[in-house]
Amino acid sequence: MTPAVLTEFVLNGLVLGALYVLMALGLSIIFGMIGVINFAHGALFTLGAYVAFQVKDALGFPATLVVSPVLVGVLGMLIEATLLRRLYREDPLQGLLLTFGLTMVLEQGIRMVWGLSPKQFDVPPAFGGALRLGALTYSKYRSFILLAVVVLIVALTLFLQKTPVGTIVRAGSRDPMMVRLLGISLKPVLTLVFGLGTAFAAIAGVLSAPLAGVQPAMGVNVGTAAFVVVTIGGLGSFWGAILSGLLVGQVVSLSIYFQPRAAEASMYILMAVILLLRPRGLMGERWEKFE
Amino acid sequence: MARRRDVSTRLTRRNFLALAAAGAAAGTHHLAFPAVVRAQEPIRIGQLIPFTGFLGAIGEYGKQGATLAVEELNEKGGVLGRKIELITEDEANPGVAVQKARKLIEKDRVVAIEGLVSSASCLAVGDEVQRAKILMINAGANSDEIRSKRCHRYVFSTEGCNTQYVSAIGNWLIRERKISRWYFLTSDYAFGHDLLRVARNLLMANKGTEVGSDLAPTGTTDFSQYITKIKAAKPDLVFHNLAGADVTNFLKQYAEAGMTLEVAGGVIDSAYAWPVGESLRGHFPIIWWHELATPGSHAWAARYVKRWGRPPDNQAYGDYVAVHAIAQAVDRAKSTDSAKLVQALEGHTLTAAMDGLKGRPLTFRAWDHQLLQPMYVVGAKDKSKWKDKWDIFEIVSEVPPRGESLEAIAIPKAESQCQLEPLA
Repeated sequence: MTPAVLTEFVLNGLVLGALYVLMALGLSIIFGMIGVINFAHGALFTLGAYVAFQVKDALGFPATLVVSPVLVGVLGMLIEATLLRRLYREDPLQGLLLTFGLTMVLEQGIRMVWGLSPKQFDVPPAFGGALRLGALTYSKYRSFILLAVVVLIVALTLFLQKTPVGTIVRAGSRDPMMVRLLGISLKPVLTLVFGLGTAFAAIAGVLSAPLAGVQPAMGVNVGTAAFVVVTIGGLGSFWGAILSGLLVGQVVSLSIYFQPRAAEASMYILMAVILLLRPRGLMGERWEKFE
Repeated sequence: MARRRDVSTRLTRRNFLALAAAGAAAGTHHLAFPAVVRAQEPIRIGQLIPFTGFLGAIGEYGKQGATLAVEELNEKGGVLGRKIELITEDEANPGVAVQKARKLIEKDRVVAIEGLVSSASCLAVGDEVQRAKILMINAGANSDEIRSKRCHRYVFSTEGCNTQYVSAIGNWLIRERKISRWYFLTSDYAFGHDLLRVARNLLMANKGTEVGSDLAPTGTTDFSQYITKIKAAKPDLVFHNLAGADVTNFLKQYAEAGMTLEVAGGVIDSAYAWPVGESLRGHFPIIWWHELATPGSHAWAARYVKRWGRPPDNQAYGDYVAVHAIAQAVDRAKSTDSAKLVQALEGHTLTAAMDGLKGRPLTFRAWDHQLLQPMYVVGAKDKSKWKDKWDIFEIVSEVPPRGESLEAIAIPKAESQCQLEPLA
């Protein structure tokens, strides 16, 4: 393995990991705040890609990258406000069942609206071709994905750390009772968080669309990987999701080089090992409300 | 609702007695008026085809092709004076496919089953229909195994097998002197493994070199790692044995990575080549392409566009042919009994009613039930030459050429492990 090939493998793994991070962050903030494991995350990823397919010719790719996640985020907020909210007082399993059902409804809805055939979604012309960095050449579009994910992580961090709403989100995920006692209503915040989480799934879908092809089953593997990433990182942990997403990306990528037959299993093996050593995941902490 | 109530109020005592009498006639005087009683009941054909997963798009085309065949047949009065009815189910995965096959056989009482795309599902359902002694026509699964080691008396294939596909592309690659240093990329399931075996044989027999080989799980969305490995191995040609949506993803990402190495493959589905668009490169074998210059193909493609608003892909063609083959068997056997249908199809040449649209007589081999037919090698067309977005391929070769025996590309009898079971 030459250094150039190794670098390319690491970069490919980074791009893969970056998309996992986006998915996992969405799942993680939803779980942290609402305590629901959102099974529909993979389907929302697919929906994001389809909405992007629908609007890209009219709006162009940059605007699509904003519009599709916003629309899917609004759908997420509607789902929270009309369906999910009713189940907060029930057994957590019911929330899980609801999102599981939503997956099927969304996937079938996509099939009914857009048909079963994959949709053509080309790499936007501005990002076509390769970027040259000294001896290394790397796809412009994949480089753009890396940049976009970094920007999104920074934006989400700033939102959570520096804004009043972000502070309520962080406080609410730790001690909702205390937040309520302080006279702050959590209802709109929960809606917002679910919308934000689904918007992150949609962004991942839009970014993947030019690479992975837009078809109804595109979210299945990514959705499963996102659960593995969140489990490895520690349920509800922000930095855990990022660290674990990047780690899983590298493990999958490098296993394709060294042990291609084990590539599919590699992330599950990693998960099993980590759960044996650290049952709460890499950066999972003890959360009173879940103990 | 209103209509349903209408029927129940019209169910007077007199009608009831008439129905009861007809029921009794059907039960006891079966031999006396078989034609009269049975004329009421349609001939049901079951279709198993994927609507979900990485092969999902093919299913939509397959259903449209089969539906069009049924409509054509019914317009001409059906078969044996009975209408034909199609019942379509999602083949999903091998386990579900077997359950759905049982449902079609036991609950819907279908005369025959057709369809199947995944070779894994086709093998599983093949075992099941053999047990149930119901005719099945495989219209979409390519593994040689289905016609060789695990062939069955009740299973026929209108779909080509991997040997036919690889012989076709091999014939072209040899002619163009492209047997050189190859890299294989293969779907990690029954179909891919079988195709890899056949493609390797082709390469070895012609003294080429294998510089690398990878198995990719089905449903892989990111092929960048495989592409980097291919780049590092520096082959002269990349030979893919991928299926379904994986083909779209691979070919797209291959172009996106700036790769210019020659691509060929052991298969292509147009439903998954169309979405690749202008970045499509390479040469592939295909069973049928809508621009095929035969009168039958032109007319049918036009009918299909009129009915469904887009040109048919190869799977629409496959299921269309399979439904017609079942109808021809029923017509020839003058019966819907599966054992008689099997006998009618062994050695059957598709009739003028639907001759396979290839402008050559196509016959089911009696000893392994494979429909002998030519394959076409298609090459990606430059976008500047497209007349519309469907016009992505041009046919560069028909294999075997006209005038030569269709046996030339099929599994030779000496190499086949097929042992058909006795009929009863």
